[in-house]
Amino acid sequence: MEPSCYSRLTNEWFCAQYLHDRRDEIVDATVQHVQITVVAVLVSVLVAFPLALLARRVPRLEAGILGLSTAVYTIPSLALLPLLVPFTGLTATTVVIGLALYALTILVRSMLEGLRAVPEEVRESATGLGYGPTRRLLRVELPLALPVMMAGLRVATVSTVALTTVGTIVSYGGLGNLISDGVLTNFRAELMTASLLCVALAVVLDLLIVGTQWLLTPWTHGRRAA
Amino acid sequence: MTVLSDTWDYLTSASSWTGEDGMLQLMGQQLLISVTALLLAMLVGLPIALWLGHLGRGGLLAINVSNIGRAVPTFALLALLVVADWPGTRSFGPYGRAGLATIIALTLFALPPIITNANVAVREVSPSVRQAADGMGMTGAQKFWRVELPLASPLVMSGVRLALVQVWATATIAALVAGPGLGRVITDGFYRTNYGKGIAGAVVVAVVALLLEAIAAAVQRALDPVPRSRGTSPKRHRGMSAGAPMVAEEADAVGH
Repeated sequence: MEPSCYSRLTNEWFCAQYLHDRRDEIVDATVQHVQITVVAVLVSVLVAFPLALLARRVPRLEAGILGLSTAVYTIPSLALLPLLVPFTGLTATTVVIGLALYALTILVRSMLEGLRAVPEEVRESATGLGYGPTRRLLRVELPLALPVMMAGLRVATVSTVALTTVGTIVSYGGLGNLISDGVLTNFRAELMTASLLCVALAVVLDLLIVGTQWLLTPWTHGRRAA
Repeated sequence: MTVLSDTWDYLTSASSWTGEDGMLQLMGQQLLISVTALLLAMLVGLPIALWLGHLGRGGLLAINVSNIGRAVPTFALLALLVVADWPGTRSFGPYGRAGLATIIALTLFALPPIITNANVAVREVSPSVRQAADGMGMTGAQKFWRVELPLASPLVMSGVRLALVQVWATATIAALVAGPGLGRVITDGFYRTNYGKGIAGAVVVAVVALLLEAIAAAVQRALDPVPRSRGTSPKRHRGMSAGAPMVAEEADAVGH
């Protein structure tokens, strides 16, 4: 029998046989990667939105919130995850919290910026039409702020996909676990496959968000988006 | 919570800091490698970005470089470089095992913030200022050195500052491929279930990162040729145009 393309002797970068033989392992890692990324981004959105509203309402808190988020993004991911371990242990939760913190720094900023970009006149007109603060936020400000917010969400999501790989330090890194193993065992096909899947995942999630945005903002179609 | 007391013990014992592979030596190594990569990235990135900005071009380049930098995991790129025939794990002077691969990866990841900010900074110089320079009879080179560059320099500097943070973070990741630097304390601790050591390493890496950011911010403020005073409309405009790329760049800094 001729040696497969991922045997120690050949160790090729691209190998269909590897995809076939280790399919379950690759699928499991990809699923874990997607789960960690999506949960982290969702948690982050849920926390970022009230924070952005709070920062807008209370200007004194804004500097604090933005300063803290700058401090978080300054800390390297390989250091942030271990710092959470005493509290959450070697679990997927540790990775999700760490990634959510990073995404938070991007999301809070873009949400604030989006809300700020709504012209004062528009806000006043809405009030003049009898919109209360909540209804004005949901019906007028949010739709207008959406493009900037979605741009932030895209950046946050794509970065989170890439960052998830570092979760391998606590053994929950999705495709990062395959990359780790690939380095340890000098296994090129595994390494290349996992790396390409990471990039592909980032592109797919990015396109999904662009599509969602297109559906959510029907008034921008046909015109050049701002 | 014995982990926390183990961490404290590791941080406070002299032997973890001194000697071969002590934290001081590893920190020095990581600083050396970070500065080298930052200088290389500036050497490569700044001339291209500034030149294209002077011509009023490079928008597409800036966007693409950022997007690619964000989507490619640092760890994956480092791993690919280390397992390849070249540069592999060969050590490189004082930079240690996998030093060459680490420097290449670090340089690549420092490029997006440098290129994007420098390019946007020059392109965003207001057209009326350029016209005034033309009207005064300045040549292209004079316009660049005397008008565009001074006006652009705060944003160019903030790109370099973001790159510094980025490079330090990426240098930490090098430990995941058994590369040089302080990250090794973290990976050693975790792979050998000595969590106290791993967390101690993380504390040191995080503190140095915050210090670097603070120092870089202070240097940037000291070097700023255009004193920041708020209230006048042209400067506010500059501030706003600088805002958008900053937001995009944060993400690059997170791409470690």
